[in-house]
Amino acid sequence: MSANRHKHSPTSGGPLRSLSLHAVVVITALFVGIPLLYGVLGGFKTTRQLSSNPLGLPDPWVPENYTSVLGSASFWRMLWNSTYIAVATTLVVVAVSALAAYVFARFAFRGREALFTMFAAGLMFPFAVAILPLFVLLRMFGLLDNPLGVILPQAAFGMPMTIIILRGFFRAIPGEIEEAAILDGCTPFGFFWRILLPMAKPAVATVSVLAVVNSWNQFMLPLVVFSDDSLFTIPLGVQQFQGQYATDISRVMAYIVVAMLPALGFYAVAERQLVSGLTAGAVKG
Amino acid sequence: MKTMRPRSHKLRGFTTILLFLLPALVLFFGLVVAPILLAFYASVFKWNGMRGLPTDFVGLANFTRLLADEVFLGDLWRGLLLIILSVAIQLPLSLGIAMLLNQKIRGRAFFRLLFFAPYVLSEAITAVLFMMILSPTEGLANYILGWFGIDPLDWFADPSTVMMSVFIVMTWKYFGFHMILYIAGRQGIPRELTEAAQIDGATGWKVFRYVTLPLLGPTIRISVFLSVIGAIQLFDLVWIITGGGPSHSSETMAVTMFQFGFKRFQVGYASAISVVMFFISLVFALFYQRYVMRRDLEGASTVLRDQR
Repeated sequence: MSANRHKHSPTSGGPLRSLSLHAVVVITALFVGIPLLYGVLGGFKTTRQLSSNPLGLPDPWVPENYTSVLGSASFWRMLWNSTYIAVATTLVVVAVSALAAYVFARFAFRGREALFTMFAAGLMFPFAVAILPLFVLLRMFGLLDNPLGVILPQAAFGMPMTIIILRGFFRAIPGEIEEAAILDGCTPFGFFWRILLPMAKPAVATVSVLAVVNSWNQFMLPLVVFSDDSLFTIPLGVQQFQGQYATDISRVMAYIVVAMLPALGFYAVAERQLVSGLTAGAVKG
Repeated sequence: MKTMRPRSHKLRGFTTILLFLLPALVLFFGLVVAPILLAFYASVFKWNGMRGLPTDFVGLANFTRLLADEVFLGDLWRGLLLIILSVAIQLPLSLGIAMLLNQKIRGRAFFRLLFFAPYVLSEAITAVLFMMILSPTEGLANYILGWFGIDPLDWFADPSTVMMSVFIVMTWKYFGFHMILYIAGRQGIPRELTEAAQIDGATGWKVFRYVTLPLLGPTIRISVFLSVIGAIQLFDLVWIITGGGPSHSSETMAVTMFQFGFKRFQVGYASAISVVMFFISLVFALFYQRYVMRRDLEGASTVLRDQR
């Protein structure tokens, strides 16, 4: 944008500079894109083709790796498990956090800030810190090899971020609206359910997208909770498949490419919510 | 009657607050606070993790053993190494790309989408993909190095290159996330400021150095913070690719904890590692928020509100 105005300066503008900037972006794009492309094309090759011709187009194209993944019942079962766990986690974390965020945003009571700080502090503690005692507790409650054993802890660890984002949003809704609703005979829950939540739809969408992505990619928790592989989620399945067919590289490649698709598809649809959630969370975090 | 109303109102307010907070409190105390407390408790026992509570009290023996353990000290060093590499290489790369994509270059929407895409893939998928790309025998990376006449590397299989390889994978997966933060931060800087500097004769680099960079301070500090927390808890990638090997040369605190807790059934000792991780996160977060981000919190959130 300053290219014309500052022709005299060697450091700004000029076709050479713009060319080198483009070069940096293109090299980065190759660094990111080639591994993905290698995976997609690799899935269409045989393992022998792959080692003699890693980068070129497949010759001939071999669709069997992909069709065998898509035809395997265990893959679809894992897809279902991942979906079910992600949706349930999201429902629990958003419902519980929205109620709490409402109180933190719109009620004045003693100890409110201390309590809020306690929840917010949960943000600093990664799963890795708590996984071992969590496992012991889940075993005590009999929640091992049970989807709830993944859903509930994920929801609990997702609460800090969700509460922080929702509270910020709830706070921005003018007090007059609440007063008007109360005057019209709305109960606190009625106000929350019929007015606040619908108004906060963008924020709810944002936190839901974050919760889905986090749940979808969670590895450590299902790894310790599930020993029965009919309950496995996609990340566990990927690891298991890699272990089983380690030498059949092109087959593993087809598997992970298919496993990527739901996440990439979701990303394509919900990119805006994801980005706004991550930047909001990061800036507040 | 008149004296009754405020009180019953107050009581109702209290029950509302309690009812609304109850689910969150139960979940948070039951599944976040209680496990952390349990880790503290178990860390002073010798315990194989079998049913019931531990009984063999050993005091701080687990911690003294930890501090004398070369693997654990190595974990600390490797964590520090990843933090240094992230801050010195990955974040400047993210920042640079973010600044480039902030200009009107052709296809920037596509590049932004592409660079951020790896972030939405799980670490498990990323790990398996790169196990194949960085395979010493038939991987893509060695094939490409061959074009430039460079001898093939052993990547994850060689203790001297394994951390570099892990860092490459981390950069592939996470630089786009930091880029997105920087782009958001950059968009929060009012255009008048950079334009004013240009009118005053500042060149591209000077505008960046004296206007953009200082105003990105809050975003950069957050991005560093997230990198550090990420390095402290790094697990999935390493566990799947190397399991901490070869001979512990890529092990992280989380991997060591997992090994002792879930494979060797030394749950007391593994809990001590959890406790140390907890304290490192806590001390770092408190220190960082107190001394580094202190001035940011208010300004940063107003920037954010403007963006909505």
